[in-house]
Amino acid sequence: MAALLQVENLHTAYGLSKVLFGISAEIDAGECVVLLGRNGVGKSTTIKSIMGLLTPAQGRVVWKGQDITGWAPHRIARAGIGFVPEDRRVFPELSVWENLDIAARAARRPGHWTMDAVYDLFPQLASMRNRMGGYLSGGEQQMLTIARTLMGNPELLLLDEPSEGLAPLVVDMLLEKIGELKRGGLTILLAEQGLEFSLALADRVYVLEKGTVRHSGPSRELREDRALADRLLAL
Amino acid sequence: MSRSLFDRIPWVLVIFIIALGIPWLGSKYYTFLATQIAILSLFAVSYNLLLGSAGLVSFGHAAYFGLGSYACGLLMKELGVPFLIALAAGGLMAAAFAAGFGFFCVRLTKIYFSMLTLAFAQIVWAICFQWNELTGGDQGISPIPYPGLNWLSSVPGLDGFRVGDYFYFVALAVVALCIAALHRISVSPFGRMLMTIRENPERASFIGVNVRAYELAAFIVAGGFAGIAGALFGIFNRGVFADFLYWPKSAEVLIMTILGGMNYFWGPVVGTGMLVVLNQQITAYTEYWPLVLGTILLVLLFAFPGGLLGALHAGWTRLRSGGRGVRPGA
Repeated sequence: MAALLQVENLHTAYGLSKVLFGISAEIDAGECVVLLGRNGVGKSTTIKSIMGLLTPAQGRVVWKGQDITGWAPHRIARAGIGFVPEDRRVFPELSVWENLDIAARAARRPGHWTMDAVYDLFPQLASMRNRMGGYLSGGEQQMLTIARTLMGNPELLLLDEPSEGLAPLVVDMLLEKIGELKRGGLTILLAEQGLEFSLALADRVYVLEKGTVRHSGPSRELREDRALADRLLAL
Repeated sequence: MSRSLFDRIPWVLVIFIIALGIPWLGSKYYTFLATQIAILSLFAVSYNLLLGSAGLVSFGHAAYFGLGSYACGLLMKELGVPFLIALAAGGLMAAAFAAGFGFFCVRLTKIYFSMLTLAFAQIVWAICFQWNELTGGDQGISPIPYPGLNWLSSVPGLDGFRVGDYFYFVALAVVALCIAALHRISVSPFGRMLMTIRENPERASFIGVNVRAYELAAFIVAGGFAGIAGALFGIFNRGVFADFLYWPKSAEVLIMTILGGMNYFWGPVVGTGMLVVLNQQITAYTEYWPLVLGTILLVLLFAFPGGLLGALHAGWTRLRSGGRGVRPGA
């Protein structure tokens, strides 16, 4: 069976500075795959290239058998790929409720995730539904960003460094929620620097280094062989 | 969603009713000023759908104002088309051109978008200025007949007014309906989509918003309402001239909007009132009015970067300090 998402030999550059040098990866339905690596190895760039926010100079992104390379981001979102960006910016001048409502309308993908369903997942958001996005804390914004993406009923969730800059307690909560989504059957592609966070969620990992895939395999390997993990992430 | 009492007041209706009373003051001059403010307010509010809601800085909004006034004026003067039909045609004409020009403009962003709107507007101006057979070129089209409004004098309570007052009533009603429609649009999901684009087009796009399509739709709607404002203005002015779509007119609508406060729905109305009154007062006192006006605008824009309504809002919030954060730009 073909993978849900295939990334083939991606080369992406910001202007003249090349960041990706032939990244290939695959994600099957229901999997949680982590792109692991330190700052600047191309994790975010890979995710943005999948989402259509950057156009790869070379290579293909294939979604459910269809080549979506070069599609506009809104088409990719409507095709079922949801993106939670690193800066977790919500729309500050819209209320929590409006942020969610607008996302559902924009993505035009009705399904399991409704307003009530995301409030069930994040009860904290329900209690502040009329608060402006700009008045939320970092953790609340992260919740809202994930909730907003879920409102589009994605089949694949791209999460770009969700734990970055959040307090440890919030990170634990986030880990639990993402785990819940995974158990609910959602396919997840996560870009992360944190080994513990990644290993807690991942079925498989791709370790990136300087814009290439240095290692790929089941996360079990890294969990069991910490020496391997240290070696892979040391550079 | 819960809304405060303040939000629940139907402001369009309240302001319409207050403005409706102006002819009873009995001054031809006040009616003249009020007509001008009402019509230009519609122009500015339509502009703010682009600037305030969608964050699009157009330097060529006068093109649609002017196209609307040419279309309406020509239909009424040359073909004797009834007022309301000519008015609608003015709006449609402007919207059609906005669709054509906007198609290209929304493909560019930021200053390039602005420059292209200006370029299209200047092309339209050049054509209207040169095409003597149709537009009268430099001479413009004049006089444009007043719509037949004598029937209004048979309405109880409305007898005995001047024809200018009757036109004011009609223009005010049209403006109120259009502003009500624009208000409805700006608070609708469509309006909120535009807000997401203003805040961050990239973020809007990856949640599934077709940014260009929404920008184009806003451009067409704004152009159409500017056309209606232009059509009314042509009749009010008893003539249509190429000045209506020359670039200073586009600058004027930008100034009115920023002066009143582009983050507020009513900001452009306040700004229009301010600019029109200032203009009238200053020209009465000095022949150096552009210098004085420019200086006053400079001071106002420096003192109130959020516009007049922004300053009022900030003052009000400070008075009630301790209260919850207030929604910016409600």
